[in-house]
Amino acid sequence: MSNIRDQLVWNRLLAIVEEQAQTLMRTAFSAVVREAGDLSAGVFDTTGAMLAQAVTGTPGHVNAMAASVGKFLARYPLVELAPGDVLLTNDPWDGTGHLNDFTVVTPVFRNERPVALFAATSHIADVGGRGFGPDAGEVFEEGLRVPIMKLFDQGRLDDSLMRLVAANVRDPVVAEGDLYSLTACNRNGGEQLLKAMRDFDLDELDGVGQWIIDTSRTAMRDEIRGLRDGVYCREMTVDGYDEPIEVSCALTIAGDAIEVDFAGSSGLSAFGINVPLNYTEAYASFGVRCVVGNDIPNNAGSLEPVTVRAPAGSILNAEPPAAVSARHALGQMLPDVVLGCLDQAIPGVVPAEGASCIWNPVLRNLATAGGNFTNAPFVINPIFNGGTGARATKDGLSTTAFPSGVRTTPTEVNEVTAPLIIQRREYRPGSGGEGKHRGGLGQTIEIAHAEGAPFVISKMFERIRHPARGRRGGGSGAPGRVYIKGGEELRGKGQDVVPPGATLVMETPGGGGMGIPAQRDPAAADLDEEAGLV
Amino acid sequence: MADRLAVDIGGTFTDVVLETDRRHVTTKVLTTHAEPADGVMSGLAQVLDQAGTDPGAIDVVLHGTTLATNALIERRGAKTVLVTTEGHRDVLEMAFENRFEQYDVNIDRPEPLVPRRWRLTVPERMDASGEVLTPLDRAAVEGLVPRLVEEGVESIAVGFLHGYANPTHERLVRDVLGAAMPDLSVTLASDVCPEIREFERFSTACANAYVKPLMSRYLADLRDRLNALGVRCPFLMMTSGGGLCSVETAREFPIRLVESGPAGGAILAAQIAADLKLPRVVSLDMGGTTAKICLIDDGEPLLSRSFEVDRSYRFKKGSGLPVRIPVVEMVEIGAGGGSLASVDRLGRIQVGPQSAGSEPGPACYGRGGTHATVTDADVVLDRLDPTRFAGGTLHLDVDAARAVVEADVAQRWASADDGVSEAADAIAEVVDENMAAAARAHAAEWGKEIASRTLIAFGGAAPIHAANIADKLELDAVLVPPAAGVGSAVGFLAAPVSYEVVRSRYLRLSVFDRDVMDEVMADMRAEAEAVVGPVALGELFEIRRAYMRYVGQGFEIAVPVEESTAEGLRRAFDGAYEQLYGRLIPGLDVEVLSWTLTLLAGREGLKTHVSSPDAMSTGCAATPGNDSRVARQDLSVGDPVVGPVAIVEDQTTTVVPAGFEARVDRYGNVILRRSP
Repeated sequence: MSNIRDQLVWNRLLAIVEEQAQTLMRTAFSAVVREAGDLSAGVFDTTGAMLAQAVTGTPGHVNAMAASVGKFLARYPLVELAPGDVLLTNDPWDGTGHLNDFTVVTPVFRNERPVALFAATSHIADVGGRGFGPDAGEVFEEGLRVPIMKLFDQGRLDDSLMRLVAANVRDPVVAEGDLYSLTACNRNGGEQLLKAMRDFDLDELDGVGQWIIDTSRTAMRDEIRGLRDGVYCREMTVDGYDEPIEVSCALTIAGDAIEVDFAGSSGLSAFGINVPLNYTEAYASFGVRCVVGNDIPNNAGSLEPVTVRAPAGSILNAEPPAAVSARHALGQMLPDVVLGCLDQAIPGVVPAEGASCIWNPVLRNLATAGGNFTNAPFVINPIFNGGTGARATKDGLSTTAFPSGVRTTPTEVNEVTAPLIIQRREYRPGSGGEGKHRGGLGQTIEIAHAEGAPFVISKMFERIRHPARGRRGGGSGAPGRVYIKGGEELRGKGQDVVPPGATLVMETPGGGGMGIPAQRDPAAADLDEEAGLV
Repeated sequence: MADRLAVDIGGTFTDVVLETDRRHVTTKVLTTHAEPADGVMSGLAQVLDQAGTDPGAIDVVLHGTTLATNALIERRGAKTVLVTTEGHRDVLEMAFENRFEQYDVNIDRPEPLVPRRWRLTVPERMDASGEVLTPLDRAAVEGLVPRLVEEGVESIAVGFLHGYANPTHERLVRDVLGAAMPDLSVTLASDVCPEIREFERFSTACANAYVKPLMSRYLADLRDRLNALGVRCPFLMMTSGGGLCSVETAREFPIRLVESGPAGGAILAAQIAADLKLPRVVSLDMGGTTAKICLIDDGEPLLSRSFEVDRSYRFKKGSGLPVRIPVVEMVEIGAGGGSLASVDRLGRIQVGPQSAGSEPGPACYGRGGTHATVTDADVVLDRLDPTRFAGGTLHLDVDAARAVVEADVAQRWASADDGVSEAADAIAEVVDENMAAAARAHAAEWGKEIASRTLIAFGGAAPIHAANIADKLELDAVLVPPAAGVGSAVGFLAAPVSYEVVRSRYLRLSVFDRDVMDEVMADMRAEAEAVVGPVALGELFEIRRAYMRYVGQGFEIAVPVEESTAEGLRRAFDGAYEQLYGRLIPGLDVEVLSWTLTLLAGREGLKTHVSSPDAMSTGCAATPGNDSRVARQDLSVGDPVVGPVAIVEDQTTTVVPAGFEARVDRYGNVILRRSP
C-alpha cells in the first residue's frame, strides 16, 4: 500500500539524481561528458540495489552502473566504510565497459549509520595507452587500469593514487579535474538526500526503497505478462574491424520475464571492439526498454525482469585481457538486434534498423606533413549521425543519434578549433530506405585542410558493408561510405592519411524503411520529391 | 503630471494598466486574436473611463505581447525563405542531431520554420576569421528573384557560414534582392544574432523573418489607432530581456519580443525586491498551464541569451525552436491551475504537463471540463471561495470538483480508502513538489542557493500554493503583491529602456589584444546608442559581458567585464567560474568567444506602488474568527492574520496554512512568514 509520502520521496530521489548528473555535466572537462551527456548518476540502497538513475545521453551505462555498485560492496562491505570514504574504479568489467569510464561510489551516513550510496560515471577523454580507438590487441595497451580502490579515506585524498593517475594519462589536469567532479556530484547528491530524509522524517531509506523496487518490478512484470510468450530469434551481420561479425540473438518471453541470449555470436576480435558483458547487458536491455516499460523509471526492480546472457569468450562477453576501448561500435548495434526479436512478439511498434553507431572520426594533423605547410597541431573528434529506422507509423529521423543520445558540434566551432574547411554537410538524398514509411536520411560531409596540408583520420565506422535493413517490405538504408573525393575508397575502421590537397568525403548510413514502398502516401512522396530528399 | 499606460497581450487576456499620479487603474479584457488592437483599444477605453482622464494625458505607452510567440507556435507566420551557403542547406533541420527523450522511439524533432524546398543555396564562403574563400555569386542571387516573386514569398532570412565574422555577403544579398523586390521583408542572421554556432543563429534569423511581416503590420496598425484616439506619445515595446525598445527596433527584430509578458512579471518582482531591499528572491508565476520560476539577486533577475520557443514535448529541453536573444532566464514547467491530475500504472499520482487550459478549464468551472485538475483539488480542499472566484464572475461547482477528483485519482490510487480529500491533498503535494524540484534544479544549474530566499508569488494560482512550496524550499517568506493578476503589465512600468548587442570575436587571454576588444566594444556601443538614444531620457549605463571558457571546453559562461585587460578579464572569469562550479582549474588558458554590451537608461520605477483601488481603505482589523476566509481589502496594515486562513481577492487567493501568519505591509503586499 503506497502513501503519498513514499511517492514524494521517490519523486525527490529522481530529482536528486538529475541534479547530481547536471552538476557533473556542467563541471566536467571531457568534451563528451559536457556536450554529449556521456555520464550517469544514481542512488542505491544499502544492499547495492539501484533506487533511481538520471536519464542521460548514455544508454550504455543504464544497468552497467547499476550492477557496478554491488561489485564495489563485494570489495568494501558497507560495515567497513566510514563517512568521507570515496571509492573509485575504471576497470572495464567492474565499471562500464572501457578504461575511459571512471565510476565513483560514495556511501552516505545519517546518525553514523550508512543509509545509501551514490554512484556516478563519466568518460575521461584520455587514460594513456594507445589513446581512444580500436587498434589495441589487449586491454593492457589501452591505458591505466585502476581496480576498485579508495580515492578518499575518511575525507583524506589518497595522494599516491591521484599521482599515479596523473602520471599515466596525456592530460592529467582534465583527469584529476574529472575525478574531483565525480566526487563533488556524489557529495552534492548525498547532501540533498540527507535534507530530503530530514524533510520526510526518515531514519533509513531501505523501506521506501523496497517499495520503489517492488512497484517498478511489478509494473514491468505486468507489462511483460501481456506479451505473447515465445522464443524470437534475429541475426545481424556487422562490419567489424577487419572481418564481419555475426550477432545472433534469441529473445525469450516466458510469463513475466524476458531473457536475451546472444549464443551463437562471433568469437573475440583481435582488436579493441570487444564488448564486456556489462556493456552488452546495458544496450540489450535498453533495446527492450525502448518498447517495453519505457515509462517505468530505471531501478533494480524494473531492470530485474530482463536478463541478458552471452557465451563466455564471445565478442559480446569479452573477458580480460581482451581489448575493449571501442566497445561502443558494436554495443550500439545491439538494440537493432533486440528490436528485431521484439518485432515478432509485438508487431506494429518497433522501428526498422537505423545507422545506429555514431560516426565520430578523430581528425588530426599529420606530424610529418612536409612541404611548406604551417601544419599547426590540432585534434578534433566531431560526431556525425546517420538516419534512424522508419517507425511503425512514421518516417525515420534524418541525421539523428540512436541509440546514443549525443549532440553534434557546429561546423563553425570545428572550423575555429581546427584548420579544416567543411565544404559540405547536408542531407544525403536517397539514403533513407524506401517503404510506406521512409528511413531517416544520412548526411554527406566533405572536409579539406584549409592550407591543403595532409591530415589523419582515425575511424570506428559501421554499416559500410552491411546497411540497416528495412522491415515488412521496407528497403534497406543506403550503406555508409568514406573515400577521397575523386580517389580511393577507405575502410571503415583504423587510420588513414588524407593526401595533400585532397577532400575527404564521409557519407553516413541511412535508416531502413518500413512497409511496402507502393503503399507510401502519395502526398508524402510528393513532399519528398519536392524537397529533393529522394 | 502625465500618465503612463501599460498593455500586455497574452494568449487569453489582454491586461491594461493606467498609472496616474495617484494610483493604478487596471482591467482585463479578452484577447481579440483576429485584430489584437481591438482588445487593446477596448481595454484602453475602460481604464480611461475609470480613471476619468483623457488620451492626451498619456505620456508613454509600454507594450508587451505574445503575438510573435503564438504565430511561431501555431505556425501562422509569413511564407519565409532562407538563403544560405552552398553545401549547407540543411543546417536548420539537422539541428543538434540528438533526441531530447531517450526512451521514446516515436518522438519528432521540431519542424523547421523554413521547409527544405524554401532553403535556397548560393555559392559563397567565408572562413572562421571572415576571409572570403569563395566570393558571393551575384548572378545566382539575382537568379532567385523570379521564383521568389512567382511564389509570393513575403520574407527572407539570409544566413551564411561565419557571417558573424564578416557580414558583407549577407548585406550584398539584401541589397540585390531589396532592389528587385522593394516590399520584401529581409532579416540578416549577422544583424539579428551575430554569434558563432550556425544552427542557433540561423534558427533565430528564420524565426525573426517568419514573424516580421505580421508584427510589423500589427504595430503599425496599433500606432495608427492610438494616434487617431489622440495618444501621440512615445510608444515603447517590452522585450524578453526585461528592457524597453522603440517600435522601430521591435519591427526590425520582433523575435526579441517573444517572452515579453513573463519578463514583465520578473521585472515586477525585481522592482519589489529592490524597493523592499530583499537581496535574494525567487519569483513564481503560476497561471493556468505553466509555472515560471526566476531567481532575482540584488534586485536583478538572472539573464541569459538562450531560449526555446514552443517546447512541444512536455516542456522538455530540446523539444522547441532555439533562439539566441537576450532573455530573463526562467524555468518553465507544466504546472498550473489547469494541469491534469491522474494516476499512472505504477499507482503514482502525476500532475501535468497536460492541461485543461482555460477552455474547457477545470471541472469546477462548469464549462465542460471532465478531468481532475489542480484547481479542482484546491476547491475540494476548500482553499477557494466558490462564490468569489474571478471576482464572482465564475461560480465554482464544488460537487463537480469532488466528482472528478474521486473518479480520476481517489478511485485509482493505491490508498483509495483515504477518500477524496486525501486524494486532493496528494494532488496539491505532487504539483508543489514538482515546482520545488524545478526551482532546486534551476538554482543548482546556475550555482545559486535556493534556501532562505523570499518567494514573490503572482499569477492566479501561485498564491494558493506558495506557502507549501516555501516550506519545501526552506524559504524565509512569501510575498503576494497587490494586483498580482496583472503583474506582467505592471512590471512593464518598472522596466528600463535598454538594448543588448552581441558580437563573436575570438580572443585568447594568453595573446590578448586590447585593440580588438576596444574595437568590438566601440562597435557595439555605436549600435546600441542608435537604438536606445532616441527613446531614452537621461543618463545611459553600459553593461559589458564576455562569454568565456577554458580553452577546449564546450560551453561559455557569461562574465561581467570591468577592465579591458587580460588580467582583469581573467579575474572576472575566475570569479564567475568559481561561483558557478565551486572551483577553478589551475594552469589552463582562457578564451573569449563572444561579447555583449547592454546600454540602458536609468529606470523610472513605479511612481506609486501598485494597489488595488480599495486595499487598505478600511481601518478595521481583520477578524477571521471561525471563518476560514478573509477578504484582502478588509486587512489593515500590520495586523497579523494567523493561519489556517485563506485571503481572498478578485483574481487570486492567498493560502495561509497552519504554522504561518500573514501581514499586509504599507505597500499593500501580503507577506507570509512562519509563526514565531
